[in-house]
Amino acid sequence: MDRMPVWADVVLIPLISLLLAAALSAVAIWAIGENPWDAFSLMVDGALMRSSGWGYTLYYATNFIFCGLAVSVAFHAKLFNIGGEGQAVIGSLGVALCCLYIPWPHWTIALLGSTVFAALFGALWALIPAYLQAARGSHIVITTIMFNFIAAALLNYVLVNHLRPVGAMEPASATFPAATHLPDFRDIFAGGEGVLFRGSPANVTFFVALAACVLVWLLIWRTKLGYEIRSQGYSESGAKYAGISPFRIIIVAMLISGGLAGLMGINVTQGEAERLILNSAEGAGFIGIAVALMGRNHPFGVLLASILFGFLYQGGAELAMWTSIPRELIVVIQALVILFTGALDNMVRWPLERVFMAMRKEG
Amino acid sequence: MTEPANRPAPAPGAHPAIELKGISKAFGPVQANKDISIRVMPGTIHGIIGENGAGKSTLMSILYGFYKADAGEIFINGTKTTINDSQDAIAAGIGMVFQHFKLVENFSVVENIILGAEEGASLQPSIRKARKSLKSLADEYEMHVDPDALIEHLSVGHQQRVEILKALYREANILILDEPTGVLTPAEADHLFRILDNLRREGKTIILITHKLREIMEITDTVSVMRRGEMTATVKTSETNPEELAELMVGRKVLLRVDKKPATPGDVVLSVKDLRVTDAKGVERVKGISFDIRAGEILGLAGVAGNGQSELMHVLGGIMDGTGEITMLGQPLPLSGKGSDGAARRKASIGNVPEDRQREGLIMEFTAWENTVFGYHRDPQWQSGALMNNAAIQKEAAGKMERFDVRPPDPNLKAKSFSGGNQQKIVLAREIEKYPDLLLVGQPTRGVDIGAIEFIHQEIVRLRDQGKAILLVSVELDEIMSLSDRIAVMFDGQVMGFRDPSETDERELGLLMAGISGEPDKDDFKAVEENITAVEQGEAPHNG
Repeated sequence: MDRMPVWADVVLIPLISLLLAAALSAVAIWAIGENPWDAFSLMVDGALMRSSGWGYTLYYATNFIFCGLAVSVAFHAKLFNIGGEGQAVIGSLGVALCCLYIPWPHWTIALLGSTVFAALFGALWALIPAYLQAARGSHIVITTIMFNFIAAALLNYVLVNHLRPVGAMEPASATFPAATHLPDFRDIFAGGEGVLFRGSPANVTFFVALAACVLVWLLIWRTKLGYEIRSQGYSESGAKYAGISPFRIIIVAMLISGGLAGLMGINVTQGEAERLILNSAEGAGFIGIAVALMGRNHPFGVLLASILFGFLYQGGAELAMWTSIPRELIVVIQALVILFTGALDNMVRWPLERVFMAMRKEG
Repeated sequence: MTEPANRPAPAPGAHPAIELKGISKAFGPVQANKDISIRVMPGTIHGIIGENGAGKSTLMSILYGFYKADAGEIFINGTKTTINDSQDAIAAGIGMVFQHFKLVENFSVVENIILGAEEGASLQPSIRKARKSLKSLADEYEMHVDPDALIEHLSVGHQQRVEILKALYREANILILDEPTGVLTPAEADHLFRILDNLRREGKTIILITHKLREIMEITDTVSVMRRGEMTATVKTSETNPEELAELMVGRKVLLRVDKKPATPGDVVLSVKDLRVTDAKGVERVKGISFDIRAGEILGLAGVAGNGQSELMHVLGGIMDGTGEITMLGQPLPLSGKGSDGAARRKASIGNVPEDRQREGLIMEFTAWENTVFGYHRDPQWQSGALMNNAAIQKEAAGKMERFDVRPPDPNLKAKSFSGGNQQKIVLAREIEKYPDLLLVGQPTRGVDIGAIEFIHQEIVRLRDQGKAILLVSVELDEIMSLSDRIAVMFDGQVMGFRDPSETDERELGLLMAGISGEPDKDDFKAVEENITAVEQGEAPHNG
């Protein structure tokens, strides 16, 4: 018997969690002598009220969608992939190699190519922890987090020793050829002129992310593989009974997960920076965990949660820019949202379940 | 603390040891207990019988302080008592022996006895005291256990004894036993009943929860029947019979035996030769067994749980690896590596109703329709291009649920929302309707209501009558006896012997299940004697 209606589970609980996080954030802002309401207005204004703000919000959201989907797919197989960060970094490397060394005639084809490269590189980076888990039982949480560090070191090495243009001081690759540059929202919606989305980094990769949402939804709920992934996630003994190989599911689910995380590399590398830089994943791999938790591992939930976190990122940047609220406090606000929507889910869920049970009894 | 053994038996005519008045408990819309009242006199054994989900366990959990009743009162020895948690229950002299023991496996017996009842910072005085009291309890009630043995080294019967001793050490006067014989051999069960009899003689009050009619008839003084949260009757055991109790439990007349024609075995379907299975811990669980099953025959595998039956089923179902030879319709089947998984077994026309439907046979979080094709989800008929043909699966599920009378017949409900019997019907519908040449059936009626048992047995027999081979594993001896056309008894990973059900009896099977065949030696003699008494008292008819 389900204790709560579905809408309460997917809408009410995240909403209450958010309000709690907002309330606590307000207390923190008030405590350092700023006006919480002004701060909130500023965040909304900066992130949502102008097209350039939306351009940033959706740019960040694109990263979070990929990483959130990556965590979700693995989670359906009961694998906790917290290596999205590393997989995205390696995915970025794939994008860079693809853009730098292959002469693409047009960005559309370049995008196809970099999609393949990003997914492939990300997937391969996830393959090693997946194999270790499937064959050796090494816990995927431990191995994927270690692979994040290895990925960061590897990127550093490749940038400094191989991709850095001769004479350049910065550990970054050369700028990609113009033919690989992806159109941003200003190009798409304003023909490259005017104020609409001016200066904002959101680009065509956002639509790739939306497509990824649909594909993941189809994969998980409409295909045989998704059926097997979910079986394995719910009950490994059940999967074995049905002749589903846990080894295969672990490998395949992690390949897909890593591939999705890798795709994030297109957005930051080819879409925004147009070259490969250090720390290209910007911590999005970890936000992806919160996004997946909040989105209940459903692609649509991941999409909504990603936009929310995009708003927090962009609104936070606005706060840092226009107020004396220190950058660290913005991290605190983001952390509170993650804490309440992710980790403290049950804190809201249990009392709410009781309320519904009581209502049902009277009803 | 006084020595519990020295407590005098209460005078006759005293207050009831337990009196429940108007107990009600609801979980959301489900009324688990409706206005239940019982009186249990001291020094008696009171049976509570009912189907799964009838509310027996809820009622006992209220008495033991796990749940709080919505309404009603509890009187212990005539005094109104509030029981908010198990500490209150223990203080009121109530002890509970759960179906799944709550013992620390790698602690010794005496350590388990004092766990939660230690006095002071140093363990030694408590241990000394427990040792002394254990000895007197053991002498008094015929409950000998080595106080220093580790729990994990004890047999299930002895572990249960430790649970009872634990309660007695806490000076329990009222003992609640929840399905205590489910895990015992007939001989162990009989010993348990002798212990209970001794306890009764000493003035202890015992509540025995069970779904086995024979146990009720054998040991209880009074019996209450529960159905759908209500107490439908409380009668003196001497004034009732199993048929009447079954009818009270189910609410209609129930056929307590299986109606089947004699088997007409055909060709050999499955042939097993020298099969060996080693589990993940490196312990050999199946030690070289061989047998054949023919078309149109039910081979029943009797044995106490944990003697290698599960591993055998797992190897045949492609879930575990083994060594030896298996041929299915003349084709050898690989026992490890490629082609030995569940998918390959299904391709070889082996259906599998697993012993543990919640961990294996079903994905509890999946809907009924998703479970309808579990294991067969690769079949081309359920695919449409790259996607699965969910509409077709849903339609199939609705049909299966109607044909197998699954209630409620809603394919969109999750498997976990169904009762045990209906879950089992979902599994059976899936496996039987593939009409496999060989069907593995493990514990088909474990946790299943009497009403559904009848139906499940009929379906198994019907498959047999269509010329399919069936391998049945069950710890319920009655089920084995009434369903099988041939019985194999397993003990310690080996087949102790084959018997024709019409030419054997529970006594013989019970001995084989305890590993005794041929000439019993001196140590076995006591067990033999126990079994004989068990059978003498067990003349009651089958309980289904």
